Amino acid sequence: MYPETFYSNTFTLADVEVGKHFYWNIAGFLVHGQVLIVIWFVLLLLLGFSFLGTKDADRIPTSWQNFMEAAVDFVTDIARDQLGESFYKEWIPFIGTLFLFIFGCNWAGAVIPWKLIQLPEGEFAAPTNDINTTVALALLTSFAYFYAGLSKKGLGYFKRYIQPLPLLLPINILEDFTKPLSLSFRLFGNVLADELTISVLTSLVPLVVPLPIMLLGIFAGSVQALIFSTLAAAYIAEALE
Amino acid sequence: MDSIISAASVIAAGLSIGLAAIGPGIGQGNAAGQAVEGIARQPEAENKIRGTLLLSLAFMEALTIYGLVVALALLFANPFNV
Repeated sequence: MYPETFYSNTFTLADVEVGKHFYWNIAGFLVHGQVLIVIWFVLLLLLGFSFLGTKDADRIPTSWQNFMEAAVDFVTDIARDQLGESFYKEWIPFIGTLFLFIFGCNWAGAVIPWKLIQLPEGEFAAPTNDINTTVALALLTSFAYFYAGLSKKGLGYFKRYIQPLPLLLPINILEDFTKPLSLSFRLFGNVLADELTISVLTSLVPLVVPLPIMLLGIFAGSVQALIFSTLAAAYIAEALE
Repeated sequence: MDSIISAASVIAAGLSIGLAAIGPGIGQGNAAGQAVEGIARQPEAENKIRGTLLLSLAFMEALTIYGLVVALALLFANPFNV
């Protein structure tokens, strides 16, 4: 029915390559090169956007500045909703960076056809489909809320471990481990699940059918970025209160 | 890979997602239903309800995702694959 090359082409496009990486050996450490390259791409993109947005900034914003101001307003609202009027200002950079970076990563993976670029091993995809990226972000969040709590209350911060009852100490300690665990697994699982569903559907029916799932992936990518930053802000607010 | 191990891994992967989807499915249905009810009662609160709903849906979704992560570990990074 179809020529042989049709099948081989669509199957290489739909090939699932979980657990295969494009390794770089840097100072004795094996790093996943394909993740780093896409991360740098996202960073450049974000830098470019912010450069365009702040170049000849004006009192009455136009085009790029308008867009960037809307984006900054959005992340400011995330921080203000969770942290409250009195603390949110100093946490906008952290929360906003988390949101924009994860959003950029998810969309870079979902929107750009990376598959067309061949790598010796592994594939380009959203950097957030590598568990190392998401764990790094989640651990940063952990450090951030410890820093927030300790800098506001000093050692009195640890009092919250025996509240409301000293009996709950083990559970309170466990919570510090489950927070980064659930943050990282949620993001990683969602992004990887989207990509897996798309590649499975593409290998079954290469045309049109995967499109709704791709749209769902784009939506889920933005929601996950929102969730990650909202939860990070909520954890910081919890440490501050 | 040993064929018994691969067969058991595939079955376990299927079960881990299927079972992990039951609870969150019920929970998300409940939450969405209540949210619709809330919006029907107070349409002006729609924005607030939508935000809270999405956030809590993501919390529930995380439980299924844990199952998914277990399934992915079994399929692509099986620790028993000697």
